[in-house]
Amino acid sequence: KMSLSAKEKTLVKTFFSKVSGRVDDIGNEALSRMLTVYPQTKTYFAHWQDLSPGSASVRKHGKTVMGGVMEAVEKIDNLCEGLRNLSDLHAFVLRVDPSNFKILCHCLLVVLAMTSPEDFSPETHVAIDKFLASVSLALSEKYR
Amino acid sequence: MVAWTDAERNAITSVFAKLNPDVVGPNALARCLIVYPWTQRYFSKFGNLYSAETILGNPMVAAHGKVVFGGLEMAVKNLDDIKKTFAPLSELHSEKLHVDPDNFRLLADCLTLVIAGQMGAAFTPEVQAAWQKFLAVVVSALCRQYY
Repeated sequence: KMSLSAKEKTLVKTFFSKVSGRVDDIGNEALSRMLTVYPQTKTYFAHWQDLSPGSASVRKHGKTVMGGVMEAVEKIDNLCEGLRNLSDLHAFVLRVDPSNFKILCHCLLVVLAMTSPEDFSPETHVAIDKFLASVSLALSEKYR
Repeated sequence: MVAWTDAERNAITSVFAKLNPDVVGPNALARCLIVYPWTQRYFSKFGNLYSAETILGNPMVAAHGKVVFGGLEMAVKNLDDIKKTFAPLSELHSEKLHVDPDNFRLLADCLTLVIAGQMGAAFTPEVQAAWQKFLAVVVSALCRQYY
């Protein structure tokens, strides 16, 4: 199980507090990209009317996802405990194949690189990459 | 053979035209070595790779980043025959360099992120899709001669 150093946690918290005002847009962009670049992910959203980038459903869900990410930032010292409810949700209700976590994390990194080029240094990149991987792990904890 | 739509061809060539070969290759390779430190195993002759700072300032990393970029350029110029064009490179990476092919995907991801950082909003979802399809084809061609 990979752990984040104190320095990495600080980098993650600092970065996300800087972008906290834009999280809704970030969520929308990341999700829009995921559905466009990895069309197989659309299978989880067959119940939506409109899966196009920036649609109302996509925007709303992007906001939900980023809410989860920001919650994870707050609970960075204990992700498995802190994200217990989300973990249950993903394991027993949503049952999203865990390979998709990697896909969404990648799309999120693309959006962060695009919109915060100055702040997305290599050191910040590795810290966030590790953080998102830890979040994904926490979310898939109860799968089996 | 890979089928490219006109839109994809345009996206790929226009992204590539915007890239500075002296910057993108070196930055992507440096990022790969920093974010996925196990990739440093292939560069023991490159001297000091101790920290993000030294990696970013290492002239051998920069030089090799440009070599990698040259490979991409070759692929862009031969979009309809990347497999054949890359056969010698694939053999080189498997037989001489012994690179785990999973590393190609890691470097491809770093390239995507560096380009996203450079292009900003112009790196739309459609452009990203075309670009990632291109990189997937390049990676696949590099993996072909492994057995």
